[in-house]
Amino acid sequence: MARGIKDKVAILGMGCARFGERWDKDADGLMVEAFEEALIDAKIDSSQIDAAWLGVGFDAQNIGPSGIPASIALRLPNIGVTKVENYCASGTESFRGAVYAVASGAADIALAMGVEKLKDTGYGGLPVRTRGTRWDMMGASGSAPGNFAQLASAYRAKHGVDPADLKRAMAHVSVKSHDNGAKNPKAHMRKIIDIDKVINAPMIAEPLGLFDCCGVSDGAACAIVTTPEIARALGKEGLVTVKALQLATSNGWEMQGKGWDGSYMHTTRIAAKKAYAEAGISDPESEISLTEVHDCFSITELVTMEDLFISKDGEAWKDVLNGKFDSDGKIPCQIDGGLKCFGHPIGASGLRMIYENYLQLLGRAGERQRKEPPSLCLSHNLGGMPFQNVSSIAIVGLG
Amino acid sequence: MNDKYGVLSTGAYIPRRRLKRSVVHAANSWFAPNMRGLSSGEKSIANWDEDTITMAVDAGRDCLATYGDIDIDALSLSSTTLPYADRLNAGIVKEAMNLSNACAAIDATGSLRAGTSSLIQAFKSEETHLCLAADLRKTRPGSEGEMLQGEAGAAVLLGKGTPIATLRGSHSLTLDFVDHFRATQEDFDYHWEKRWVRDEGFLGFFKDGITEALKKFGVKAQDLDHVIIPLPGKGLPRGLDKALGIKAEALVNTQHMNVGFTGTAHPLLMLAATLEKAKPGETILLTSFGQGADILLLETTAAIAKNEPKVGFQGHLKTRSEDENYMRYLFHRGLLDMDKGMRAEYDEKQPGTALFRDRKAVLGLIGGKCDKTGTVQFPKTDISVSQNDRAINTQEDYPLSNKRAKITTYTADSLAYSPDPPTYYGMIDFEGGGRMISEFSDVTEDDVEVGREMRMVFRIKAQDEQRKFTKYFWKATPVRTSDD
Repeated sequence: MARGIKDKVAILGMGCARFGERWDKDADGLMVEAFEEALIDAKIDSSQIDAAWLGVGFDAQNIGPSGIPASIALRLPNIGVTKVENYCASGTESFRGAVYAVASGAADIALAMGVEKLKDTGYGGLPVRTRGTRWDMMGASGSAPGNFAQLASAYRAKHGVDPADLKRAMAHVSVKSHDNGAKNPKAHMRKIIDIDKVINAPMIAEPLGLFDCCGVSDGAACAIVTTPEIARALGKEGLVTVKALQLATSNGWEMQGKGWDGSYMHTTRIAAKKAYAEAGISDPESEISLTEVHDCFSITELVTMEDLFISKDGEAWKDVLNGKFDSDGKIPCQIDGGLKCFGHPIGASGLRMIYENYLQLLGRAGERQRKEPPSLCLSHNLGGMPFQNVSSIAIVGLG
Repeated sequence: MNDKYGVLSTGAYIPRRRLKRSVVHAANSWFAPNMRGLSSGEKSIANWDEDTITMAVDAGRDCLATYGDIDIDALSLSSTTLPYADRLNAGIVKEAMNLSNACAAIDATGSLRAGTSSLIQAFKSEETHLCLAADLRKTRPGSEGEMLQGEAGAAVLLGKGTPIATLRGSHSLTLDFVDHFRATQEDFDYHWEKRWVRDEGFLGFFKDGITEALKKFGVKAQDLDHVIIPLPGKGLPRGLDKALGIKAEALVNTQHMNVGFTGTAHPLLMLAATLEKAKPGETILLTSFGQGADILLLETTAAIAKNEPKVGFQGHLKTRSEDENYMRYLFHRGLLDMDKGMRAEYDEKQPGTALFRDRKAVLGLIGGKCDKTGTVQFPKTDISVSQNDRAINTQEDYPLSNKRAKITTYTADSLAYSPDPPTYYGMIDFEGGGRMISEFSDVTEDDVEVGREMRMVFRIKAQDEQRKFTKYFWKATPVRTSDD
């Protein structure tokens, strides 16, 4: 195995714009909001940044091609700005670029920015867009909830779960995230809801109702990373370092090959195993303090608990109902509200997850701060559809 | 096997939805109370994702179901509602049916008798000819046509071998008799007075033409076993059977009450229906009317007794779903401007280059089978999907359109735009290998579950509204009892 990234890169500062329906801001304004917070946190000047990465999921409704829009909006000092896109995992992808630049020694200080301006489309949900010439000729004309809803049909069939039981477990996922989001001043959705509201909500894609779906939001989040040595030299107090950073991309096996049953994310399991090995984690269930996972839909969060090996196969729905992942549970999930309530500005989400883990590790999460001091926090950022996706996992910890 | 030339097989396709005429009348009686007399029974209506081409493909596949890999020399598609004025409609059918490139193909149009005219030409050619006919004619709300017309496809395979029926003779006449017409690019027919059409048309040159034909064939009207006179409406124009001298029991039921008059498809559809129940050595008089007439006399052979079962006319007639949603029907015919929402604004432009490159996959549902590992996949790729053996350029064509499949995952999507929400789709696994994410057609909530057996149908995937280009692809539909 490669030597890995563990302890080679530290987070110098992070920033996150308020997520939501930001009718007042375009993508540039959202980036500035996150960036100014990160600069203050990092206690550096933007001229000290050597290289930058920009993660954006949707082009057409957004800022246009290339890294230029970020360079102009943030008035970066004519450094390399690389735009990356990996579906909804674009935020972690930009983080990966910056982290790799620092780890390689090519940059002392690097910026990872993620942004998405979705609310200029004129309608709810994600924009309809091409998935490539070949897919557009032969793929099903479905939506994101429709693609993820299929996890539920396969999960029920595989584990013999009664549809009503699974629906209730999925509802618990959303109720929990609303509880958490209510405590987060930057979250898109801050209302507490009850289980009946979730279960009786209008159907979006069977069995996902309105409250099984995450918010479609505007927002930006960013990280400024450097080496632990430079961070210390700059006087950084409390050092959060990258323990693992892994990405697994489908090669078509799930959709074209034999064996995948549709009830889990093949790539998440691969990325998780690699990330745990890189971080030196042998028992994730006892070693991971918190998770921020890609809860684009309630069912996605539920099966991801199994894919991360913190629930046994076929047991996640019971663990959810037993409160294992509630804010006061054994391993809280989405303590900041998650995609569900913090919101899901595509390119920003991966960095928003790391932002929350960073705050929790430093004890700076305010009202939603986990009482037991966290040691290792995991973020899971997924892009694509269950049958064809990119799955990235970042683990950060103190020291 | 001998080398007699004749009808080797027939096929039918009747869309599953049957619109009740009473709901049409209930909606329109304030405006068209005179339609009350036509308000009983039901008519077959195509789903939003069907057109003349897809119905012809369905009928053609039904026809070839018992013939497998027969080499077709020529293919004809007869219709007055061909989707393309300049793009060979029969060419799309050829790709969908995976026929050889060395196959002649022609669109026949201009009259509701185009199907029988093609059939006569095919008989004269003595080639292996797949003769298809289908029609999806738009009608104005409140019109008589709306009550009388149904939608369907039909197929007749002619060739040498062991025919179930042979041709004893044919006769055609042509007169510019304009009982109705539809100018190019117009949506609706314009009809002249019914009494004139009856007197000068049906009881006039049509009757005379049939009488002349029978004389030419050397048969007496009263000796005919089956007489197909496919005209719109219940029964024949008054007095026509008596004037012709045919036996009442020989007259083939034109299925006004269950299907309606399906235009160009109707004569061939009625021929298929008749051949499904005819006995050896019987005569069938097939007529059709339209700016003249075609009259064919066929005789069944001993082989008809062994005519293998397929879905056919009877199967399709039974596989029905009663439909009372007149508003949906109007919307699907483009007669009601529903608010489709912004999601429907997506540009469905399809690159011609890519469609030609991938035509076997897109139009023919041909996947690949790795000649090293035997792994089946859809679509084909240069490097096989097989996890254990990264084989390059090993995939051979592997048709999937006739394979049954089972549902592995599914959903009913109410968010994605569909003319018939929700959109049902999911992952299906084919028997013998291969899988795909497929849209489901002609399904309801009760039809989808993990493990449900499906079969593939050629359907419209989407319309490029800007350029008026139809995107076709394959969808899965539940296997129903009469499909077996």
